Amino acid sequence: MAVSVDEAVSTGSARDHTPPARRLGGRGRSVLEVALLTVLAVVMLFPVLWMIETSIKENRDVYAIPAKFFDFTITLDHYKDVFVAPDGGRSALSVSFLNSVVVAGVSTVLATVLGVPAAWAYSRFAVKAKKDQLFFILSTRFMPPVVVVIPIFLMYRQVGLIDNKLGLILIYAAFNVPFTIWMMKGFVDEVPAEYEDAAMLDGYTRLQAFRRFTLPLLVPGIAATAVFALIFSWNEFVFATFLTSSDSVRTAPPAIAGLIGGTTTDWGLVAASSVVFALPVLVFAYLVRKHLIAGVTLGAVRR
Amino acid sequence: MGTVAAHGLRKSFGKVQALDGVTLDVPDGSFFVVLGPSGAGKTTTLRAIAGLEKLDAGSVRLDGRDATGDSPAARDLAMVFQSYALYPRHTVYENIASPLRARRSSASEIASAVERMSNLLHIERLLQRRPAQLSGGEMQRVALARALVRRPRAFLMDEPLTNLDLKLRVEMRTELTRIHRSLGATFVYVTNDQVEALSMADQVAILKEGKVQQVGTPTEVYERPANQWVAGFVGSPPISLLACRAEGDRLVGAGGWTLPRPRWTTAEDGRALLLGLRAEDLSVEQRGDASLSGELYGLEPLGDRTVVDVRVGTEILKVKARPTVTGTPGEQLHVSVDLGRAHLFDAGTGLSLSEAGR
Ligand SMILES: Nc1ncnc2c1ncn2[C@@H]1O[C@H](COP(=O)(O)OP(=O)(O)O)[C@@H](O)[C@H]1O
Ligand SMILES: [Mg+2]
Repeated sequence: MAVSVDEAVSTGSARDHTPPARRLGGRGRSVLEVALLTVLAVVMLFPVLWMIETSIKENRDVYAIPAKFFDFTITLDHYKDVFVAPDGGRSALSVSFLNSVVVAGVSTVLATVLGVPAAWAYSRFAVKAKKDQLFFILSTRFMPPVVVVIPIFLMYRQVGLIDNKLGLILIYAAFNVPFTIWMMKGFVDEVPAEYEDAAMLDGYTRLQAFRRFTLPLLVPGIAATAVFALIFSWNEFVFATFLTSSDSVRTAPPAIAGLIGGTTTDWGLVAASSVVFALPVLVFAYLVRKHLIAGVTLGAVRR
Repeated sequence: MGTVAAHGLRKSFGKVQALDGVTLDVPDGSFFVVLGPSGAGKTTTLRAIAGLEKLDAGSVRLDGRDATGDSPAARDLAMVFQSYALYPRHTVYENIASPLRARRSSASEIASAVERMSNLLHIERLLQRRPAQLSGGEMQRVALARALVRRPRAFLMDEPLTNLDLKLRVEMRTELTRIHRSLGATFVYVTNDQVEALSMADQVAILKEGKVQQVGTPTEVYERPANQWVAGFVGSPPISLLACRAEGDRLVGAGGWTLPRPRWTTAEDGRALLLGLRAEDLSVEQRGDASLSGELYGLEPLGDRTVVDVRVGTEILKVKARPTVTGTPGEQLHVSVDLGRAHLFDAGTGLSLSEAGR
């Protein structure tokens, strides 16, 4: 998944760069360069291609030995199985996709709503021990989820947040707020404080000045930051596995992982649900690709 | 009404003491100029008056009422920022309208006020553009229009003409003086350009390293500089300063020259002094009763006059002369001195010693 996002970013940025012909002194790409890039592309894209192929193969083609690359029968049965249960109702997988949408969406909104004003405050005001505070905020991201998941599990059990979507939303928001503050502080620093000063002399309050004059200039940064937060929440696996158990609460990553194992594994279904899982983020990253580039090349924001 | 009084303003940024006890009293309706070199604390002073900078100490009174803790909006001031700070997403029209929108004027009031301002500053054509599509001079006019569109207690202007080319700057100087006169409003105007200060101000406060050096009318600061630094900062070409001592009824220079000691000086014999002589009080063309001899060092023709550099001992005197003056470097010269207009400073403290007897 992370690979696909990187691709979305780099595809976008390539368009803004000098055309390849000029980059190499007018001779175009060298043969060696093309060869290396082709190898890289094959290595990177083959699993994705195989996943897509598997998701549209008939079951007997999926398990065929030797593997069939081209001459297989195309079917959309696996995709139907992702969304529709054998009895015709909603499948457990479709519920988990919906859960993922809710959990990732709400936690991202929460992290943005909390993180953007905090970043603004850190950028604009003289806060005591600002550097130490910012370092502390960032340090909460140093711990990998597996390290903190047990204490969080115990705490959540006390307050009844185990197997609860709210529990996941809160923990994802908590993980995304520091990231949002750090990303957004860079963007706020880029916007001259004098716009707000001028607005306050015009007669606006400080908050009105922020909302009317600074916030609109932060939209690209907010979009980029929110996409990263969204991708984190959407992909998150460890917390989701430990903190949820029932089909009605589970998000997609543990649900898809749960398809593997048992006596037989329905690889067609695994592949189809993986494709469905990957699509929204790809589409989203594509839509906001310009802003994403602004985000990864921090400091190049247009005023 | 529109008096602005800042008392004992102190502000430090880390180790930098930006304001070190700045006190200014701006009378109602005056064109009050704060003059100082870059880094003197001019912007910080204006921001403190506007309520944009939290002070370490000191108070700001507006119309006699303590406004030290008031929000910028409550102070009812308008400001032109050094960087203009035009809102980049808004059109020129919206920029100019912003102070009126913020204070909830009606749409028709706004429309007529913006029209009035755009006529006054000749920016009618620009109203639908955005700041990025404007030249420096145009941005500057828009920033002025945004400040002038309302009638606040006082206008604060931070080097509004600095970024303009010379011709436009001179035009805008006259224009601003005219606007000031027609509005009768209080202007606190910051600049690092002494010509601007002397030509526009009712009163000038001269600021250096966060301290007010002198406050007075342009004539006062030019004719009676409070210290050596003010004397050197105000005036072009800069005042010539010669090291000397008083000995009886004579001033004896480091290079051996002597001049009659002016009657008004109070310095005791032997004290290290600086004699300040302005270019227009020196002459190479006439003979006076007091003169210095030296050699021609260089000529600087400026069109309407020529500045003659004369070397006296190891020091250079700048002398104003007619544009027709000629000479070859190294040639011996007599420079007559109008001692009645000379300045004496204590070489240690830099303070003027000229006041007492005049
Ligand atoms: N926000 C700030 N942070 C740190 N130092 C500042 C800040 N604003 C001003 N200073 C410092 O304070 C001094 C006075 O600055 P300023 O008021 O901008 O001077 P001026 O407008 O006369 O050029 C300078 O040395 C400047 O570097
Ligand atoms: Mg300044």
